[in-house]
Amino acid sequence: MSAAETTTPEAVTLQAEGGVARRQAWSRASRYILLAATLLGLVVLVILGIDNAIVGIPSLDWDFLTNYPSRFAERAGIRSSIFGSVWVLVFTVIFAIPVAVGAAVWMEEFAPQNAILTTVRLNIANLAGVPSIIYGILGLAVFVRLLDFGPSILAGALTLALMILPMTVITSVEAINQVPPSIREGSLALGATRWQTVWRHVLPGAMPGILTGTILAVARAAGETAALIMIGAFTFIAFDPALSFNGLLDSFTTLPIQVYNWTIRPQPEFRANAAAGIIVLMIAVIGLNALALVVRDRLRRG
Amino acid sequence: MALTSTPDGSDLSRALRKRPLSRPGESLIVLSLVLCAVVSIATTFAIVYVLFADAIGFFQEVSFWHFFNPANEWQTLFDPRSFGVWELVLGTVNVTLWAMVIALPLGLAAAVYLSEYAHVQTRRFLKPLLELLAGVPTVVYAYFALTFISDDVLLPLLGNQVSFFNSLSASIMLGVMILPIIASVSEDAMASVPRDLREAAYGLGATRLEVAFRVVFPAAISGIMAAILLAIARVIGETMIVAVAAGSTPTLSLSPLESIQTMTGYMLQVALGDAARGTTDYTSLFAVGALLFLMTLVLNVAAQIIVRRFREAYE
Repeated sequence: MSAAETTTPEAVTLQAEGGVARRQAWSRASRYILLAATLLGLVVLVILGIDNAIVGIPSLDWDFLTNYPSRFAERAGIRSSIFGSVWVLVFTVIFAIPVAVGAAVWMEEFAPQNAILTTVRLNIANLAGVPSIIYGILGLAVFVRLLDFGPSILAGALTLALMILPMTVITSVEAINQVPPSIREGSLALGATRWQTVWRHVLPGAMPGILTGTILAVARAAGETAALIMIGAFTFIAFDPALSFNGLLDSFTTLPIQVYNWTIRPQPEFRANAAAGIIVLMIAVIGLNALALVVRDRLRRG
Repeated sequence: MALTSTPDGSDLSRALRKRPLSRPGESLIVLSLVLCAVVSIATTFAIVYVLFADAIGFFQEVSFWHFFNPANEWQTLFDPRSFGVWELVLGTVNVTLWAMVIALPLGLAAAVYLSEYAHVQTRRFLKPLLELLAGVPTVVYAYFALTFISDDVLLPLLGNQVSFFNSLSASIMLGVMILPIIASVSEDAMASVPRDLREAAYGLGATRLEVAFRVVFPAAISGIMAAILLAIARVIGETMIVAVAAGSTPTLSLSPLESIQTMTGYMLQVALGDAARGTTDYTSLFAVGALLFLMTLVLNVAAQIIVRRFREAYE
């Protein structure tokens, strides 16, 4: 009797039925729904990139790179904005990085662990969230008006330097944190002073992180528009900046400002110029991001 | 006592402290490092001083009540001028609302996918790509919002229901811009939910979808809240996209199809114009800027507080 029951070829299957099957089906489908949602933003970017390439590439030639801006779309180029961008960014780095690294070294290696340090930390975290246009107002009031630099390369670089300062301090602090304490202790035990330890061991060890953070900050500053318009850099520039100390007080334009200028023009011919400018700008920004990744990998291995 | 008597090194560190840890000139170096840190504090003071000094000048001309009275318009082009800031604030709320409507579902879906579904290799590949969206210069998004989204998509699609400058085109691009902020910060929060919670749920027969949305998601909710606040702060401070695509007509409207003006949009308009120093037009820039600064500050501080609480919960 019992033997007959056990031998009945009742097919045993692990296939779920009813409610469980439905739940599993939903779960399986959710993988693809969520993946699609994840990729949607990237798909939008790719579509915009392709559209932009179609519109912009025909205008992108040597003349476009070497001509000054012009009232005529086909003659307009980005020479002065490339010069302006490079100049402003070089001085932004010169102003911002030593201060950022100095502040980070003090916070990590010298600062007493007290309320002052906590205040500095909180302050930097909050500065990192201040909108760029507010830095523009600061630059306008302090560098352009109070110190009377005018809407110059110097004022622009100082404004952008203050803007990227918080993020470079944060990445430098992280990089210094990554250096193992044993290295400091070893150096101190061998009789080095605290500064010698920082200069010869901590900073070299933190270099890859600091460099990566610097490059990413430059990428951000390279695309900044609002803060520079705020200080009055929205101007027509048809000369190269002078390679002298006085050149720092020349007015300037940058690539993002030039793109903005062409975007808001009503004439449709300028759309192609804006698109071509965007191609150059995006190559620079993506190039800097890629460089940051390479630097981090290289120096970490080395 | 001999140094060797205590193996825990307390004597050693006491001895090390007696030895000079710096050479004579080094206190100057440390002083210059302190000055570097002072720059950041000074920046904060300078921002507050610059904004509020001129904002006070503004409020001597325009009363506080006038500024915050919702019945007043923002009308600065011709007399009689009127400075009711609510129209600008609502413009900012308008784009923030629609940008979040777009970015929140997509960003959270991306966070859930990366944290709960994706293979380690896939995540390592996808996350930097997604973060690239936040690295695109905003003037590029501004161009796309105006020429592609508004001109090529929305106008042919919706015809004259939508104005050429509209908050929707700006909101779509703002949504794409903040996607990685929401996805990345939420994903970090979800990744730090303890494994035990997931395994207990799987042991009870939950599917992956149920584990993701009924276990991990609620456990990471404070991190997700912080992500949302950071994203909102980023949107209300963004200037180029809204200045180019959302229009320059202050309106009390939350409609995505109308032309509006945000606080940042107005500030850029003043910067591009030629408002003379000391005029009400010029000082209004600082009043609006001070309000914007306070709004982003509150959002950022709130996000930090939430993140810190959340960390304590799982350590």
